[in-house]
Amino acid sequence: MTDLCSLTLKEAITFAQKDGAKPLLDAFSKRAAVLNPKINAFLRFDPLSIKKSEIPGPLCGVPVSMKDNICIDGREVTCASRVLASHVPPYDATVIEKLKTSGATLFSQCNMDEFAFGSSCETSAFGPCRNPWDLERVPGGSSGGSAASVSADMTLAALGSDTGGSIRQPAALCGVVGVKPTYGRVSRYGLIAFGSSFDQIGPITKTVEDAAILMNIISGHDPKDSTSAPEKVPDFTQALKRDVKGLRIGLPKEYFIEGIDPEIEKSVRQAAEIYKKLGAEIKTITLPHTEHSVAVYYIVAVAEASSNLGRFDGVEYGLRVPSKDLRDMYFETRNQGFGQEAKRRILLGTFVLSAGYYEAYYLKGQKVRTLIRQDFEKAFKDVDVILSPTSPTPAFKIGEKTADPIAMYLSDIFTIPANLAGIPAMSLPCGFTGGGLPVGMQLMARPFDESTMFRAAYAFEQETGIYKKKPKLD
Amino acid sequence: MEFKIERVAELARLNLKPEEKQKLEKDLGAILDYVKNLEKIDTSKVEPTSHVLNMENVFRPDEVKTSDAADKALEHAPQADGRFFKVPKIVHRD
Repeated sequence: MTDLCSLTLKEAITFAQKDGAKPLLDAFSKRAAVLNPKINAFLRFDPLSIKKSEIPGPLCGVPVSMKDNICIDGREVTCASRVLASHVPPYDATVIEKLKTSGATLFSQCNMDEFAFGSSCETSAFGPCRNPWDLERVPGGSSGGSAASVSADMTLAALGSDTGGSIRQPAALCGVVGVKPTYGRVSRYGLIAFGSSFDQIGPITKTVEDAAILMNIISGHDPKDSTSAPEKVPDFTQALKRDVKGLRIGLPKEYFIEGIDPEIEKSVRQAAEIYKKLGAEIKTITLPHTEHSVAVYYIVAVAEASSNLGRFDGVEYGLRVPSKDLRDMYFETRNQGFGQEAKRRILLGTFVLSAGYYEAYYLKGQKVRTLIRQDFEKAFKDVDVILSPTSPTPAFKIGEKTADPIAMYLSDIFTIPANLAGIPAMSLPCGFTGGGLPVGMQLMARPFDESTMFRAAYAFEQETGIYKKKPKLD
Repeated sequence: MEFKIERVAELARLNLKPEEKQKLEKDLGAILDYVKNLEKIDTSKVEPTSHVLNMENVFRPDEVKTSDAADKALEHAPQADGRFFKVPKIVHRD
């Protein structure tokens, strides 16, 4: 019998239709118990199955995991923060409701950077997660546990969230597929907020097809999220055709800059050659404001974050540090509850929103955000998808960038622009470095045109078969 | 740079540990220097983006629905008293 943990989501569903989901759950529980002490991808694993009496939906009981910032009714959800340790949400996020209705077994809750603040999964209050390809290296972040667990075959698929690259960058560093949908495509109801005008939930999977399957389940308008879009949701699996003839693919010259790892550049340029061979048209394009993306993001997103994190004050949920009066309780709960990166962002966000600085920083950031959106609008008049590296470097060593926040922030330089513009983007494996670390490439598309992005991704994946290579862990 | 960490921490309702203050102040100064590059861009004719979807106000019908979220929230509150969250004293008598 083949190893059940190595199945794709699609294959596992076929297996479960015939033999039920129990053998799968047993196999994953066993593997997770062995590997989690080494990788620390899961904060909790305690499969929550649908009731037997319920008719299994399209997922037939197969296990799916989620980042620990997605609320599940009656289960601990912490955002990998001490301020939410032992917090039990009183309701299900819309994506959780959709997974349950589709018959998924909610498998495990994945490690992450505290409040999704980070690019390496090192700011988790519950210890860093490790990269399955090299345990001395980071899995990327902030959805590091989601990406590492899919890569290590500890779960079939996982949900992550992406505010500035938090699905795509760890997917690239762990050699798996990660999709950030168009802003508004997937409901944010029940996702613990970081940057409300950026956050999107999306799938992290072994294949493009698996990502399309999960996107079919989690997408759609939700009256509970006023920023959810009323757009029709196509069947994304219908887009999976090995045909890119005539597709216009743009290579933005600002994404191939000094400082990018030469092996990454080579790998992505080779991908462009493969597309050309398959009949796509490759065009060099320009997104002139790219270099300002990180600065805009670290003004606007931290402003939203500091505002969103104002609610953690010890009154209604989470940690409370007993104090002599209410004011002291706020100050001390927040001091003891938040880690360094959370404090850094709360302070920065508070500063850029404060009287006297609002216009110079926050408003300026919002204006440059408009210019970045316009770059994409112009580019998409000439091309159908944009191809770039996902991350300027492969997985870095644990501790390598923790002392220098700007160096850490710059690891999101290629992923942040899609969040600023709200467009869909994904990462998929496109090769390996000489040292055997995965390299990811990013595809970006027009708003609500995930289908074209999936078609381009599927054609490349099926042509190259790179996704079949797995880390050696046994 | 006008960044005064004590003042901002006060606004953010955040005590800082003495040992972390200096490092945070240095980091934030460096980040603010970095984002200052935006000053070079002319945005005099640019509208700010607060939201990427071109949506107007969103309304939904105001319907009564049952929910047990309030009970569950109280159940997991740090401290509750009946239907209330309980907090330490707010006003002190001098």
